[in-house]
Amino acid sequence: MVDEISDAIIRVRDITVQFGKTRVLDGLNLDVKRGEILGFVGPSGAGKSVLTRTIIGLVPKLAGSIEVFGIDLDAASAAERRGVERRWGILFQQGALFSSLTVRQNIQFPVREYLRVSQRLLDEIMMAKLGMVGLRPEVADRYPSELSGGMIKRVALARALALDPELVFLDEPTSGLDPIGAGDFDELVRTLQRTLGLTVFMVTHDLDSLYTACDRIAVLGNGKIIAAGSVADMQASQHPWLRQYFHGKRARAVMG
Amino acid sequence: MSGNPTLERIARGNALALCAAGSWTARFAPVLERMVADAEKLSGSRPDIFIDVSQVSKLDTFGAWLIERLRRSLTQGGVETEIAGLSDNYSSLVDEVRRVKAEPVVDSDKVTITGMLEQIGRSVAGIGGTLVGLIEMLGAVLAAAGHVLIRPRGFRLTSTIHHLEQVCWRAVPIVVLITFLIGCIISQQGIFHFRKFGADIFVVDMLGVLVLREIGVLLVAIMVAGRSGSAYTAELGSMKMREEIDALRTMGFDPIEVLILPRMLALVLALPILAFLGAMAALYGGGLVAWLYGGVEPEAFLLRLRDAISIDHFVVGIIKAPVMAAVIGIVACVEGLAVQGSAESLGQHTTSSVVKGIFFVIVMDGVFAIFFASIGM
Repeated sequence: MVDEISDAIIRVRDITVQFGKTRVLDGLNLDVKRGEILGFVGPSGAGKSVLTRTIIGLVPKLAGSIEVFGIDLDAASAAERRGVERRWGILFQQGALFSSLTVRQNIQFPVREYLRVSQRLLDEIMMAKLGMVGLRPEVADRYPSELSGGMIKRVALARALALDPELVFLDEPTSGLDPIGAGDFDELVRTLQRTLGLTVFMVTHDLDSLYTACDRIAVLGNGKIIAAGSVADMQASQHPWLRQYFHGKRARAVMG
Repeated sequence: MSGNPTLERIARGNALALCAAGSWTARFAPVLERMVADAEKLSGSRPDIFIDVSQVSKLDTFGAWLIERLRRSLTQGGVETEIAGLSDNYSSLVDEVRRVKAEPVVDSDKVTITGMLEQIGRSVAGIGGTLVGLIEMLGAVLAAAGHVLIRPRGFRLTSTIHHLEQVCWRAVPIVVLITFLIGCIISQQGIFHFRKFGADIFVVDMLGVLVLREIGVLLVAIMVAGRSGSAYTAELGSMKMREEIDALRTMGFDPIEVLILPRMLALVLALPILAFLGAMAALYGGGLVAWLYGGVEPEAFLLRLRDAISIDHFVVGIIKAPVMAAVIGIVACVEGLAVQGSAESLGQHTTSSVVKGIFFVIVMDGVFAIFFASIGM
């Protein structure tokens, strides 16, 4: 199932993850190309978030290897690992904004910790990021508890982008947004990918996102990647879950 | 790919070219910021300045913004400055940062004398509000209790038993251990000092009266405020943060009846039990030390204890327990419901729950002391 890609930014090989007696990921292989937006789909509970969390190192794996930016994360020294962590940004499903910091401080936090720059530059970069994710400057001094769901996602994206990462993980970025907001968000991810040359790894359930934002789609089932390819490839697939997913009632509605 | 960034000044007749090269990225942001600040001083020195970015190998938001900042400050110096040699890949990024409005940052938290005085004034005025809040909660809990009395099916027995296990049964080991040790210490100190007067045996009087009247219940109440009061505040506070309390209310349940009444009831039942166990442990510890350290035989200790204390001492101690439990519980619940959306607020209210809980316990103890003294108990 795996096509060897020479310029892979993420290379996952034979990953096995087990919780108690349940095997969630079973010898999974996946490559993500530099500069692409990969949409990652699968039934609820199939382990999409688990794979994301395994790649970023929050869930321990039983077997297999993960390479990000060509660095094997198991073999990496602490300094190398920090270097990798600085080059990726992560948008968690619930935003995971620091609740006791303002929007301004949330976005500035990674920059302040990693780079010795003036407060003026911190503020300007924060404003630039806020503009990029389509938020008004007035939002900067609010606390996360004073923001709407869509704003939280945008601020979380701005924080994920704060250090200009090369790779961004988005865990269901459009869930909980209204269709217009979700469409805007897809457009935003697209624009940012173009302007910043990002690679995006996006876990999603949103068919619209898959059609409009993603270059390639990977499908998770039974702990493995059951298919990977363009939207057209997915629609042509005979796999029963894929047929249902891409030819079901919702899919027909989206495709018109 | 990478390479340290540079910004060279090349004079071309009347014109000055600022040639940027290397990687203008976040990694080099501190260096870049210094270079740009230096170049900004050139503003107005030449009639024609332009920024050449054709040699830039890598550009991100940081680099793009610093180039834009340079362009703006040079333009402000009266010279229209252009950015030349921008490759297609990066033009959209530069366009993006061009839209950024750099506003001067407003310095919000300045420490001033008036500000500090205002803060003090507000905290003093806040004391009244705190008391009103506590009385309101007491009223709400009593109303919920009345409601449950009329309609006993609304009483949450399982929840009450669960909390009773948490605050009473699971607290027994630590409460017994600490009061045992305190009993030992009182007894040792008493013997050490009374021995000078040859009054070793009076340590039993002191131990009995002190433990049963004051130390037993006070110490246990303070431990319960730290152990269970903080837990109540944190539980209710995180439920408040996640809108669980709002969810209950919209389903037609009264959060006071569902969440707070079982907790209060468990605490009010638990504290007398714990205070009794604590007092017994302290007497046991004191007796043990009196025997081993002071040579007071257990028979003599018990005989003396029977003479020294009356049932009054025990009653005075144990009557205070449920009242102190109610105070601790009400403070903890008020603080829990006052939690706002942030983790910091949860921490603040949990701290203040314990601090206020202990403060009110000691104040209540003082009030009881005056009361019992005036009725001659």
